[in-house]
Amino acid sequence: MRKPADDSLFMRALLIAVTVGYIGLFLFLPLLTVFTNALANGISAALDALGEPDSISAIKLTLLTAAIAVPLNLVFGVSAAWLVSKYDFRGKSVLLSLIDLPFSVSPVVSGLVYVLMFGMQGWLGPWLRDHDIKIIFALPGIVLATIFVTFPFVARELIPLMTDQGRDEEEAAVTLGASGFQTFLRVTLPNIKWALLYGVLLCNARAMGEFGAVSVVSGHIRGLTNTMPLHVEVLYNDYQYVGAFAVASLLALLAIVTLILKSLLEWRYAGEIAAVHRH
Amino acid sequence: MRSVAISSPFARLRNPSVLPGFGLTLGFTLFYLSAIVLLPLAALLLKPWALGWSGFVAAITDERVMAALKLSFGGAAIAAIVNAVFGTLVAWTLVRYRFPGKRFVDALVDLPFALPTAVAGIALSALYAQNGWLGEPLSLFGIKVAYTPAGVIVALIFIGLPFVVRTLQPVIADMSEDAEEAAATLGATRFQTLRRVVLPSLAPALVTGTGLAFARAVGEYGSVIFIAGNLPMKSEIAPLLIIIKLQQYDYEGAAAIGLVMLAASFCIILLLNLFQSLLSARR
Repeated sequence: MRKPADDSLFMRALLIAVTVGYIGLFLFLPLLTVFTNALANGISAALDALGEPDSISAIKLTLLTAAIAVPLNLVFGVSAAWLVSKYDFRGKSVLLSLIDLPFSVSPVVSGLVYVLMFGMQGWLGPWLRDHDIKIIFALPGIVLATIFVTFPFVARELIPLMTDQGRDEEEAAVTLGASGFQTFLRVTLPNIKWALLYGVLLCNARAMGEFGAVSVVSGHIRGLTNTMPLHVEVLYNDYQYVGAFAVASLLALLAIVTLILKSLLEWRYAGEIAAVHRH
Repeated sequence: MRSVAISSPFARLRNPSVLPGFGLTLGFTLFYLSAIVLLPLAALLLKPWALGWSGFVAAITDERVMAALKLSFGGAAIAAIVNAVFGTLVAWTLVRYRFPGKRFVDALVDLPFALPTAVAGIALSALYAQNGWLGEPLSLFGIKVAYTPAGVIVALIFIGLPFVVRTLQPVIADMSEDAEEAAATLGATRFQTLRRVVLPSLAPALVTGTGLAFARAVGEYGSVIFIAGNLPMKSEIAPLLIIIKLQQYDYEGAAAIGLVMLAASFCIILLLNLFQSLLSARR
């Protein structure tokens, strides 16, 4: 029997059509078009484009960048979450807002700030030049910009969860003689491992896919400072559409795998991921 | 028992705890935060003033800069409103109804969070180009999306879509159907119930989600530049102008635009927080 709060059959059908249409038009079609364009000249053309030396070095640079940025933000996230959830201290809410700050900064501005720090006309520019250290238009700048845009991901997953969990278990362990590190490894880590994985997953997806911030600091030197997203831009602007979409489809695959793992984690370990999540 | 924390100079700041690591985590967290976020942002805060106040104002009120800021803010506002309307319908459908493929549609909502913006950019550009799947049929009606401000808005709709849906979904799921049933029992039509009972309880989350989508869209770069065409005064967004100024070695001019955008995003976040605390104070 229909409850009074139920929508009519017509309204249901209409809203489901609108939803499927809207998501299909704005999300599914763009995703599909990446793969169809990559395969426009057959799969071997796409694979050839991926095998180009410039593509290979872009893939390597992206992996290297993520391999540096993600672990650093992981350590920071754990440290910040331990600090915020296990102790009471003044200025905590200010600290929490500052941790979230990079999310509200435009990607281009995130790159710009490092150019202003380390660029030729920047604060440290002359000193760096005298000591022959390159940050902007080199790997360190790319890594720094990537760390900036992915800064809050892990911290943000862990803080609400660890705050909810409190500190009773850790205090018990320490009182019984465990060291701080043992306590973290044996008591805290098992409680937060799925949330940690969730944060790392999102952090990694953004680190490998970041475009705006990295674009400002990279200098677009082919084979040297082009990450995968930047290589997509270079190929696209060169009218090498198959190549551009072939590299793009690798990134799209990464996005799909990320979404699948994210859904799995949300579904399987809902209670062990931060309380702020739905389900 | 030895404790690093209690012997640390910050001990006065806090209530004592037996857990070790306060000094270590505080030190590392503050160091990392300062090095990665605060110092670089300070560089941005200070740089434009090399121009002096009048130079700063001149840099910002330049015709081309104003046009770019208007497009970034205006386009973001239109995209946020479109997402507010359709995002609400999507969230409602995904929570309340069952249909085949629902899980898939639901997972797809997060795509803009996971798909690199450059990939979204070239995909949208290919879709709406004159010979694209959507560009070709649209051109039959004389509608041009790619390389116009409309293209900018399409990209900003893409990037802002998850914010409204993901903010509303938990609120709709938590909403009890009792109030709706009561309204219906008392003779309200379904439309009246939705307008008078459902919509007001969704309003706070809707404002937050729309605000977040707006804030994200204002600064968006990667998904926009491929489809925008980037014609100065017409379809050139503010973040792109920052990059153009940097390429011309106009660091102060770039920093001036960057500072305005940073200030704007702070204001949006601040207003949203203020709005939330006003709401919770009223309850």
